[in-house]
Amino acid sequence: MTKEELIPKLKNIIAPYVQDEEAFKNLNEDTDFVKDLKINSANLVDIILDIEDEFDIRLENEDMEQMLDVKSAMEIINSKLES
Amino acid sequence: MKKRVVITGLGVVAPNGVGVTEFTDALKSGRSGITFHQKLKDLNFSCQIGGVPNISDELKSKYFTNLQQRGFNSSGILYGCIAGVDAWKDAGFEKNEASELDYETGLIFGTGTSGIEKFREAIYGVDEGNVRRLGSTVVLQTMASGVSAYLSGMLGLGNQVTTNSSACTTGTEALLMGFDRIQNGKAKRMLVGSCSDDGPYIWGGFDAMRVMTYKHNNNPEQGSRSMSASASGFVPGSGAGAMVLESLESALERGATIHAEVLGGEINSGGQRQGGTLTAPNPKAVQRCIIKAIENSGINANDVEVINGHLTATSKDSLEIENWTKALNRNGNDFPYINSTKSMIGHCLAAAGTIECVASIIQLKEQFIAPNINCEDLHPEIEELIDSEKIPTEKLDMNFDIMAKASFGFGDVNACVVFKRLQV
Repeated sequence: MTKEELIPKLKNIIAPYVQDEEAFKNLNEDTDFVKDLKINSANLVDIILDIEDEFDIRLENEDMEQMLDVKSAMEIINSKLES
Repeated sequence: MKKRVVITGLGVVAPNGVGVTEFTDALKSGRSGITFHQKLKDLNFSCQIGGVPNISDELKSKYFTNLQQRGFNSSGILYGCIAGVDAWKDAGFEKNEASELDYETGLIFGTGTSGIEKFREAIYGVDEGNVRRLGSTVVLQTMASGVSAYLSGMLGLGNQVTTNSSACTTGTEALLMGFDRIQNGKAKRMLVGSCSDDGPYIWGGFDAMRVMTYKHNNNPEQGSRSMSASASGFVPGSGAGAMVLESLESALERGATIHAEVLGGEINSGGQRQGGTLTAPNPKAVQRCIIKAIENSGINANDVEVINGHLTATSKDSLEIENWTKALNRNGNDFPYINSTKSMIGHCLAAAGTIECVASIIQLKEQFIAPNINCEDLHPEIEELIDSEKIPTEKLDMNFDIMAKASFGFGDVNACVVFKRLQV
């Protein structure tokens, strides 16, 4: 999936958890979920579950550990979709 | 010198009224909050009636953010947070995410069990081998101190934040623990309260014990019959009550509205001796609890004008009245007025103590005694002990200054507190 297709889908998923709306407006590949969007780290697990549901994929603990920003999230989602 | 402690904030989520205004109105008019629940019938409960507060989604959204509501399934925490925030605002404070951390205010908010519906969800998930998909909210909603965790974060409280649990004594115990802390100078203010979930999973164990009434499924409002000859078991309830306790000096300093003073109280246990069991009270310990509460309050037994009893509408109501008559050494026409809030709201379990303490303070402040409903056929054993006119079945307007409230719980535990009207 291209960046242009993925980012809007990701934005929909993470919107409910975002604590910094300004940073969310300017979301780009380098946006960090915790540092920039101020998402409570406990909610990262909920985002993972929502991503699994949206893309019908399964994310392992190792994937989760790496999924800290938009770029890594897109890479992991794409690698799962391709496999 | 121990500090005097007053109540400056009230909040309540009761089956017959959400918020102090609605609840006061319900108390005055003797309105029952007991309704039939199809779900209990479908699950083959003997008792298919109960007391559940009416909380709209709109009201819920005033207290919980959209994020907090995601995956939220804990009625006790819902009720507790609404009552707690209301009490805090009633005391003249704001609920503000950016408020400064307040090290002078603590929180003791009790419960019997937390988020039992959420726990059920989690257990199904775990048993299906799907623990990885439970999400992040199970622990916070099912830990006993969940309600305290949610509330302290909403309000930014920085003194002791904890949860107590002592069956149906929980609420009154929370109040007395907060009272101790302020009296001894360890906090200026304590938000105290208790809450209880509603529904089949919390009530089922009691239904199995056959201690809930099965005779009023067709007339729920008549089901909770405290002190009545035809009482046939309690009606389960749910909800939350909360109070802001504060040192008198702190309340005066900031010009807060004072609802009443907490003169003192006592907490004890009958140790399941002398007739006490896991489920029945040791009468000697109950009497001692009342006597000590009066001593600790610096008053005489004769000073007690009104009692808000525990009075669940089981066969133990007569024993409770007998215990009061012995502890106070007063009977017949000399006995204080007494009422049972449970006749209107059922037995709200862990929430009972604080909902009923809030009810007591409202009656003391507004100078009325709420009616005992469903008690037109007073139990003959009770009538032998005290005059029937001491158990008003209609609202009674009366000037009085001192009210005692007691709660008793499984495990043979007791708590009694004495409130005084305070005119500053």
